[in-house]
Amino acid sequence: MPARPGTGRGTANPAAGAISVVATSEASMTGVRVLVGTRKGAFILESDGGRKAWNVSEPHFGGWELYHLKGSPADPKRIYASQSSGWFGQQIQRSNDGGKTWEAVDNTFAYDGVPGTHQWYDGTPHPWEFKRVWHLEPSLTDPDTVYAGVEDAALFRSTDGGKSWKELSGLRGHGSGPHWQPGAGGMCLHTILLDPVEPKRIFIAISAAGAFRTDDGGETWKPINKGLHSQYIPDPTAEVGHCVHRLAMHPTRPNVLFMQKHWDVMRSNDAGASWHEVSGNLPTDFGFVIDVHAHEPETIYVIPIKSDSEHFPPDGQLRVWRSRSGGNEWEPLTKGLPQANCYVNVLRDAMAVDTLDSCGVYFGTTGGQVYASADGGDTWDAIVRDLPPVLSVEVQTLK
Amino acid sequence: MIRVVLPAHLKMHASVNGEVRLDVEGAITQRSVLDALEDSYPMLRGAIRDHATKRRRPFLRFFACQQDLSHEPPDAPLPDAIATGAQPFLIVGAIAGG
Repeated sequence: MPARPGTGRGTANPAAGAISVVATSEASMTGVRVLVGTRKGAFILESDGGRKAWNVSEPHFGGWELYHLKGSPADPKRIYASQSSGWFGQQIQRSNDGGKTWEAVDNTFAYDGVPGTHQWYDGTPHPWEFKRVWHLEPSLTDPDTVYAGVEDAALFRSTDGGKSWKELSGLRGHGSGPHWQPGAGGMCLHTILLDPVEPKRIFIAISAAGAFRTDDGGETWKPINKGLHSQYIPDPTAEVGHCVHRLAMHPTRPNVLFMQKHWDVMRSNDAGASWHEVSGNLPTDFGFVIDVHAHEPETIYVIPIKSDSEHFPPDGQLRVWRSRSGGNEWEPLTKGLPQANCYVNVLRDAMAVDTLDSCGVYFGTTGGQVYASADGGDTWDAIVRDLPPVLSVEVQTLK
Repeated sequence: MIRVVLPAHLKMHASVNGEVRLDVEGAITQRSVLDALEDSYPMLRGAIRDHATKRRRPFLRFFACQQDLSHEPPDAPLPDAIATGAQPFLIVGAIAGG
């Protein structure tokens, strides 16, 4: 089917501040494209390498939920988007021109064989049922290969640019699947990390089953949850059942993983074989996002949220916390962020970094703001303020 | 010529304005109309009916000639006014939410 135009681009958003003259050579040769998924459409924010003035698109797919958009590392013009609706189900969109036009590709996510059952909230067996795609992870090397993490939890792969999808059923079939149970947000596979050093190694995470790893390209999987301690499950150190909210890695050091669990910030130095807590002096270790600085593998970011019943920042102060030591020692980053009367949440897929020399850090809130820091978190600006609730933020660094 | 009216979200998704007009072979039923619609607009597959079971999605309704036909069998003939094109077949999104 033919590609069709997206909606037009708006002019520079006044909320982004005055347009600045960009003087650095890096700024003139590079650009940043921020892909924002919201409850009511997708937005594309673009800037040059100075990251001072931003162009905000009009909504793409207005009225639909955009759980996630992500660009191909191998071809930045190729972007995949997960478009869904409680009324009309799941769609997958693909762009070949950086988000200017889109093409609906295949939306058939059929579980392999007899799907079987997982546990329902009350502990009874419940049939596996596809609901939506939470996360799309394009291959590091092939624009036509993309992974999809779905609810009810499973991993799918397309090798033809989204024209067809096949489940990597070894994940659900490895043995513990019938014991998985949904978290409050549903039983979603929300994190997919592709190992840039070991091409057949993939890490994924499921709420509320835990983290898993394959070393053979998705054929076989094993839980990697040793060291996690979750008091909300009958056996706090069980092999599965942990509500992992997000995993992050630095591409130069893929054996080191960071995790924001329901409660607890965790670290693994052995590709998930074991974990230890690095929450340190955080004001609360509940939260959703975690990410790693593009050039400093020991610099990590989280946004503490008060609790699992109060999904907003402590004391009404929106603070990113940064550790330069890979955890345990954290500093609050507040410049440019609201420090009073702020009660937004930051969802698990809503933080990303760019790879410019001075690393940019970005996150979106359920209040519709997207904040950006062009200096590794020292200072922040809202590059757009009044979007629908933000579900996801991804960044493409264009060189 | 069968006339079909889509809800706004699906008009946008299929890039259509106004009514969709379809040539439908044989008996005019929900199934034959929806099959023809999906043949003409493949991006609507899965958006109105489940891919595998072909059951109507829960928050959609089928109206025609001031009647709710949502619970009619998919192979039951649609009213003559639909078959002749005098009236449109309406696919309606349920009103829900605040």
